[in-house]
Amino acid sequence: MCDTATIEKKVPEVAEELVPIYIMGKKYEVPASLTIMKAMEYAGYQYIRGAGCRGGICGACATVYRKPGDYHIRVGLACQTVVEADMYLTQIPFFPANRAVYKWEDVRGEAEEVFAAYPELFRCLACNACTKVCPMDIPVMDYVAAIKQGNLEKAAELSFDCIQCGLCATRCMAEMAQYHIAQMVRRLVGAKIAVPSPHVDKQVAAIKSGHYDEALKEVMALGTMDPFNQDANKENIDKLKELYNKRQGESHATDESWEPDDKYALLEDAR
Amino acid sequence: MPYPDSLKELIKKVEATRPARVEKKKAGGEFPALNLDERKGVLEQFHPDVKEEGRREIKIGPNKGYRICHEMVDLVEARSRVNPDKVDLSKPDYTTDVLIIGGGGAGTSAALLAQEQGAKVIIATKLRHGDANTMMAEGGIQAATKGWKDSPYYHYLDIMGGGHFTNVPELVSTLSKEAPDVIRWLLSLGCNFSKFEDGTLKTMHGGGTSRKRMHFAADITGAEMMRTVRDEARNRIDDISVIEFSPAVELIMNDKGACAGAVLYNMETAEYLVIKAKSVVMATGGSGRLHVQNFMTTNHYGATADGIVMAYRAGVPLCFLHTIQYHPTGVIFPEQAEGILITEKFRGAGANLVNVDGNQFVFEREPRDVEAACIIRECVNVNKGVPTPTGKFGIWLDSPMLDVMFGEGYVKKEFPGKHILFSRFGIDIGVEPMLIYPTLHYQNGGLEFKDDGSTKIPGFYVAGEVGGGIHGENRLMGNSLLDIMVYGRISGKNAAQYAMNGVVDGELTLDHVRKYHQEIDESGIETDRISPMLLPDYTLEHVKAKQYSAEYEGTLR
Repeated sequence: MCDTATIEKKVPEVAEELVPIYIMGKKYEVPASLTIMKAMEYAGYQYIRGAGCRGGICGACATVYRKPGDYHIRVGLACQTVVEADMYLTQIPFFPANRAVYKWEDVRGEAEEVFAAYPELFRCLACNACTKVCPMDIPVMDYVAAIKQGNLEKAAELSFDCIQCGLCATRCMAEMAQYHIAQMVRRLVGAKIAVPSPHVDKQVAAIKSGHYDEALKEVMALGTMDPFNQDANKENIDKLKELYNKRQGESHATDESWEPDDKYALLEDAR
Repeated sequence: MPYPDSLKELIKKVEATRPARVEKKKAGGEFPALNLDERKGVLEQFHPDVKEEGRREIKIGPNKGYRICHEMVDLVEARSRVNPDKVDLSKPDYTTDVLIIGGGGAGTSAALLAQEQGAKVIIATKLRHGDANTMMAEGGIQAATKGWKDSPYYHYLDIMGGGHFTNVPELVSTLSKEAPDVIRWLLSLGCNFSKFEDGTLKTMHGGGTSRKRMHFAADITGAEMMRTVRDEARNRIDDISVIEFSPAVELIMNDKGACAGAVLYNMETAEYLVIKAKSVVMATGGSGRLHVQNFMTTNHYGATADGIVMAYRAGVPLCFLHTIQYHPTGVIFPEQAEGILITEKFRGAGANLVNVDGNQFVFEREPRDVEAACIIRECVNVNKGVPTPTGKFGIWLDSPMLDVMFGEGYVKKEFPGKHILFSRFGIDIGVEPMLIYPTLHYQNGGLEFKDDGSTKIPGFYVAGEVGGGIHGENRLMGNSLLDIMVYGRISGKNAAQYAMNGVVDGELTLDHVRKYHQEIDESGIETDRISPMLLPDYTLEHVKAKQYSAEYEGTLR
């Protein structure tokens, strides 16, 4: 077998207090400072499902747990949540969710299109279970309400930090998959509602027309440096370094009005 | 857990120097940047890449004699997971026009463009669709979209300088020229980049940029890009299928020497499956989970260099793998967050790096390798690192000074992801600085390929981190999110056109694997290693000792 990496294997060096946790009902003793993810690995699990970025952004490791004598359902991302003594936990690596298929070219950015794709929006009972279960503290019920009111921009803003772990969908009385709806809304806002950025199109057109080709050709002609034979193209590389060193740096404090003194290889009327 | 009292005491020293540092910044003053010679000096002394004992020569394959890190050599000097004689290539489990290996940003943008050419596409991915380093990239994407102050020419110079002038010029030129079009494309798909009210995209500096050209979507740029392209792929479900938890473990060739598919491994059922394809795009990403030299990593769970291994066996040469990027700012404490990336955007916005005395020792916008080497020097040589309760050393990244400069709440608003992360540990990074140390971040090198995405093997294309040459010996911030989109789109398009027009059909074969095994035997390498690794194994010794069957070939353990 492969030799495998060791860096995250290490048990904390200081003798550390062990606490009992119950993984799907089964008891394991684990160091008290570990995250749920590292505690499960400490216990001997090797992840296939239920682990992803290990940094709190991919939504692969949604976890639900309860503590004895407490009726509350608690949630967290396994990679971000530190274990607690006597917690009973399971991960929810997958939960079936309805995602509408729509033709992107045909949508115009209207709330009615979202309603048509996801009529279950109007089954929302405003129970707020989605918001309570969200490990990212997103006001899920509020963005659902904003969509129903036709305020897609507000919904896009409120849902922006969504990592699509799907926990909201597991708890929804209306059987919605809120995160898919929010994804459609954010795309509509980004492409069809937000103010356009004409400077991008102007630059794309300039590049396609060959406006910068001459400048690029000259600098490309200087070639490159072979890392294992650094003197082979020395004269050209020195010229390249000279160009690099004399290029004007935009200072940190500038605002959008700043323009360099050296207008070489730039575009007129670019704004 | 919140900072213990020992660290709270040390934070007072950061607070003591902060007003003067903020004043200096406001007056346009900066800590002096290193010149090219000084950069070279610190790299040669303190960058982990230069440790000769950290690398060895590869004994077999197209790059025989090339010295790269042991962890990577271990993977290429290993046997296939499959016995070529046991795989039945006569009855493929799937057939498709274009097979894309990897479901991150590069693979998904390749799928969209291939589909637009009329191709049927399969994405085979190790974890879920979108589980990739793309999702984790926070800072931004470079593109010279502002013609009044920037152009592909300046972007080109910055990339070459960042890469020590070793980059492949054609790859760099295409990257910088296609960049604004990628931004246009992403906007058209509904990606929410941060904008001013008049629609002008917000841009900022990154290490090594001469113009502010880093576009961003708050501090979750990669996630916003990934979920946008993934969502669109899901709209095209009739033409783009995704097979999850089924990494490719070997390329399949045909008897005409072209790439013609792959063997997948269903990790849940332990079956090996054959996909026949007219062309293949390799988009498996990087290799941080190899934990080179035992460094912690910012990378995704699945970043284990699988694509390098498969393509090398098929004869694709490697380049620039002698350098690895260590991100200067990974969390070193609290321990639960160890290795997690702190986006360069903090430094781009002006946050200083300061030592245990609260003093600056490096300009915060040096290229990444230089910045990392300066941090290591400050800790191991100057001995001014900040001691952590876990027995390590770190450096302060003074995020609270951003709130002082731009107004209270700035850090929380501009860096919501990191603010939430630290608040879970009882730390408010608008008030208390972060403790950081360099962490394995990016595979600068990879498979040799051309600026049309093609390789020396017909029908085999490369996109994203698995490719080498674009970034030379060091990548600048914001050029990887760009790279995956530019070359994802190019490779997807060209792989589809090859599949529709130029493909040479032939009989499927795994002969290259047989030959590779023979080469291993003849070279005198004695090993029972198999690769690709697929997933890192974090099982602890006390468990491992009792897993008597864990070493059986074909199990993941």
